[in-house]
Parts: sequence; structure tokens; C-alpha cells
Amino acid sequence: MSTTAHRLDRTFAALADPTRRAILARLAAGEASVTELAEPFDISLPAVSKHLKVLERAGLVARGRDRRWRPARLRADPLREAAGWLEGYRRFWEESYDRLDAYLGELRGRGKEEGDGE
Amino acid sequence: MESSKLTVTTPSEREIVMTRVFDAPRELVFEAHSSCEHLRHWWGPRRYEIASCEVDFRPGGAWRIEHRGPDGEVHAFYGEYREIVPPERITWTFEWGGMPGHVSVETLTLEEHEGRTTLTARSVFDSVEDRDGMMADGAMEAGAAETYDRLDRYLEVLSGRA
Repeated sequence: MSTTAHRLDRTFAALADPTRRAILARLAAGEASVTELAEPFDISLPAVSKHLKVLERAGLVARGRDRRWRPARLRADPLREAAGWLEGYRRFWEESYDRLDAYLGELRGRGKEEGDGE
Repeated sequence: MESSKLTVTTPSEREIVMTRVFDAPRELVFEAHSSCEHLRHWWGPRRYEIASCEVDFRPGGAWRIEHRGPDGEVHAFYGEYREIVPPERITWTFEWGGMPGHVSVETLTLEEHEGRTTLTARSVFDSVEDRDGMMADGAMEAGAAETYDRLDRYLEVLSGRA
């Protein structure tokens, strides 16, 4: 498996959990401590720490050096890679389905004309 | 209109699910998938033109579509139909010539509500490597430079399904 595939694999595995996705969405707004991250969730601080560790291992999150605070922040590169990949897929089908939408409109128009003619 | 937007989610490591609403009865959406006559009008991104199309629309029948990109390169996609249930479901295999032997299984489901059709396309990949390989080369790669716009959009996807 290529390095890129490996990285994407880890990224998507880390993203498979809704709490971790919510943590990332929160970190997109700026760095935060474990306590701050735990606030919106009904889970314990150790549970949040566990999720952070998974995100850290996937390279999605970096932790500060300050021992008391250790703020977590988003590391954008792996996410950008995953986003770029998904974007390519999305673009393919988004454009296909936009064209399908227009084509269906054409077919319906044609159907109506034929109907009118009868 | 909100309903014309495509939503993309990755419910598991090996799946991608897309949904989109069309302002048309599902018989018509189904038909648009059933022959080259229709597929050539819409299959693939705008800048690509269909170079060839062969569709044997029956269970066990083969399909093959080649399209030509703006760079002149031709990409082939092919597979076979596994299940056809008009007008609600089509299952087929999907393979890209750039990565032969790596097959995904696609299931298209059509649901109609008051004359509008919700299309759900679920792709299940053999492995994460296949899923990534499918996109790694030019065929489906957006090709654009990495931008934070994409990251923003992706985070929207993430928070939407959180």
C-alpha cells in the first residue's frame, strides 16, 4: 500500500467516529484545551483524551508543550489530503448529476411537447 | 435550490454514499441510467466527452464507458450489472482501467416523493487502498491546487454528519 493510501486510511479511520469529527470541527475554529473540548459532549475528560490520542496518531491534531494546558490544534495537511480526494470524487458525480438534472428537464419537456401534439 | 445539491458522506472506511434530489419521476431517472442513448448526455464531468459506450442492461450484462478528458487522454470504466429492479434499484460493479482488478460495487436506489426523486448511490470498495487508488490518478482527480476552500467544505461535510 502506498504511503498516501496509508495516510488516507488512517485519516478516514480517525474520522469514522462522530465525536472525533465534532472535535475537529471545534478545532477548526481555533485551539482548545481538553476541558474546553469536553464541554459540549456528555463524556468524561479521559474519554475526550482518548479521542484526541487517536486524532494525534492520525496526524490530524497536534498538542501544545505546556504541561498544564496542552492545547490541541488542528493539523490541516492530512485533512486537506482527504478533502482533496473526496472533492475529486464529489466533483465527478456532482457534474454528472448536474448534467443528468438538465437532461431530465429536456426529456420531460420533450414528453410534454409530444403529449401536446397528440 | 437546496434540494439540487449533492451530499457526500463516508459512513465507513470502505463506503461512500451520495444523495441528490431530482425534479423528475423515478421512472425517468431510472431510464436515464439504462442505455447509452441516455448516458452519453450526462455521464462524467462536463469537460469530458464520451468516446465510446456499450451497455448491456440486464443482470450479468456488461457495461463499458470510455471518456476523453480535456488533455486528450481516454479513460475507460467498466463492469457488469448484478441486479436490476425497475424503477427502484440498480446494482453494478465498477472498475477503472487505470487500476484494473480493483472493483467497487455500486448500488443506486431511487425513491419518489410527490413527483421528485431522491437518488442514493452507495459505493462499497474492496479496500481503502482501492477507494484511494480510484481517485489517485487523473481520471477523477479534481486536479486543482489544494486550497483551504476545500478544507472548509470538507469540514462542513464533517460537521453536517457529526
